[in-house]
Amino acid sequence: MKLTLKVWRQKNASDNGSFVTYPLDGISKDMSFLEMLDVLNEELSEKGEDPVHFDHDCREGICGMCSLYINGKPHGPQQTTTCQLHMRSFSDGETITIEPWRAKAFPVVKDLVVDRASFDRIIQAGGYVSVNTGGVPDANEIPIPKVIADEAFDAATCIGCGACVAACKNASAMLFTSAKISQLAMLPQGQVERKNRAEKMIAQMDAEGFGACTNTGACAAECPKGISLTNIARMNREYFSAVLSSDNV
Amino acid sequence: MSWVTKTLSSTLGRKLIMALTGLFLILFLTGHVSGNLLLFKNDGGEAFNIYAKFMTTNPAVKLLSWLTYISIIGHVVYSIILSRKNKSARPIGYSESKASTNSTAASRNMGVLGTVVLLFIVVHMQSFWAQMHWGSIPTVTYGGEEYKDLYSIVNAAFQVEWMVALYVIAMIFLGVHLSHGFASAFQTLGLNHKKYTPAIEGLGKFYCIVVPALFASMPLYIYFTQS
Repeated sequence: MKLTLKVWRQKNASDNGSFVTYPLDGISKDMSFLEMLDVLNEELSEKGEDPVHFDHDCREGICGMCSLYINGKPHGPQQTTTCQLHMRSFSDGETITIEPWRAKAFPVVKDLVVDRASFDRIIQAGGYVSVNTGGVPDANEIPIPKVIADEAFDAATCIGCGACVAACKNASAMLFTSAKISQLAMLPQGQVERKNRAEKMIAQMDAEGFGACTNTGACAAECPKGISLTNIARMNREYFSAVLSSDNV
Repeated sequence: MSWVTKTLSSTLGRKLIMALTGLFLILFLTGHVSGNLLLFKNDGGEAFNIYAKFMTTNPAVKLLSWLTYISIIGHVVYSIILSRKNKSARPIGYSESKASTNSTAASRNMGVLGTVVLLFIVVHMQSFWAQMHWGSIPTVTYGGEEYKDLYSIVNAAFQVEWMVALYVIAMIFLGVHLSHGFASAFQTLGLNHKKYTPAIEGLGKFYCIVVPALFASMPLYIYFTQS
């Protein structure tokens, strides 16, 4: 495959950045998108140029590290992670535009790498259970119906990649935050801190500068893990009932 | 900050205000369209004028009117606050975006649609509401009681082509605004359930077509049948 890449290059956080166009030849349609970028970077390195920086880790679609806004969509044309996107999703001779996630709360570090520590701070605000776990409990010691466990697990499959924020016209983090609130709100272990969790995580989400939700559904449509909008409704219920009944005056 | 102001200044609290005021305005529209159906009654406007007097003098209706004014203002003010925050959440935009593949145009343009509806409301209230309250309106007498002849004002207004066109176009914008807003308000309130959400969405689709269509039919009916 022969491609033209239009890649966002930005030296550091304070640089203005701009698009640079790279022609690329000899790409197999069976390569993953990141492997295609590896080829580009090898060529750039051989020429003594600075390779394009991009985030990646497991390359198995489970870590949430890869990002990239490809041809106007987060993670590109397929509803998957960029590492699981293959060049067969593109046509020979195509021009591919690659941009970083765009959000005030995700500042660009370099090129296509953004700092998603704002997600970590939302988790630190309450996305955990602080119970002494002790030894390994016996199986089925805490009875949880399968349907509840499944629903909590569906929410827990969120890998925190930030595609929801990237897709949202308001750069809102509500799908991410709602998934993280939901996975604990549905399980018995999450009950103790349930109200505080909702209040604190949402306060942190606001403090990070993410936008509000317009219920466009773009986040869920682009989420590589298929996190559903029902989580956002659940988060809203959790939050409204928490502020009405918690002890935080 | 107290917990109340803190909640209402959070993004979710502001969204709650948008949803509650929006739903109240939907209730208002339902009442407004039902009452205005009296315009179709072929009685020279008698029923409509009696209804208009009731709507401007009854104490319970007055309370609802104030709630409606507050809802309109609240809906507009909070939409501005939220839109500003939303805009600031993405200071640098994308060079290329395929938003149409993941969301509806209505949901992405609620602010623009709402602005057109607001401009319409200003013209609309100036034309009829302000006239009814403070304007000099001819009066008619039914059964020995004097009534303001709002019907004659409505009748005259809808003989003007651009007024009719404005009303029909504004109702299209209102319909598109409601096509997203109706179900969206329930989602914001956290009311998302596999039993009820399909019904709410269905009702929203029905409402966003029928109510604006009924409203739009009124100026058209008057323009083509009255003189």
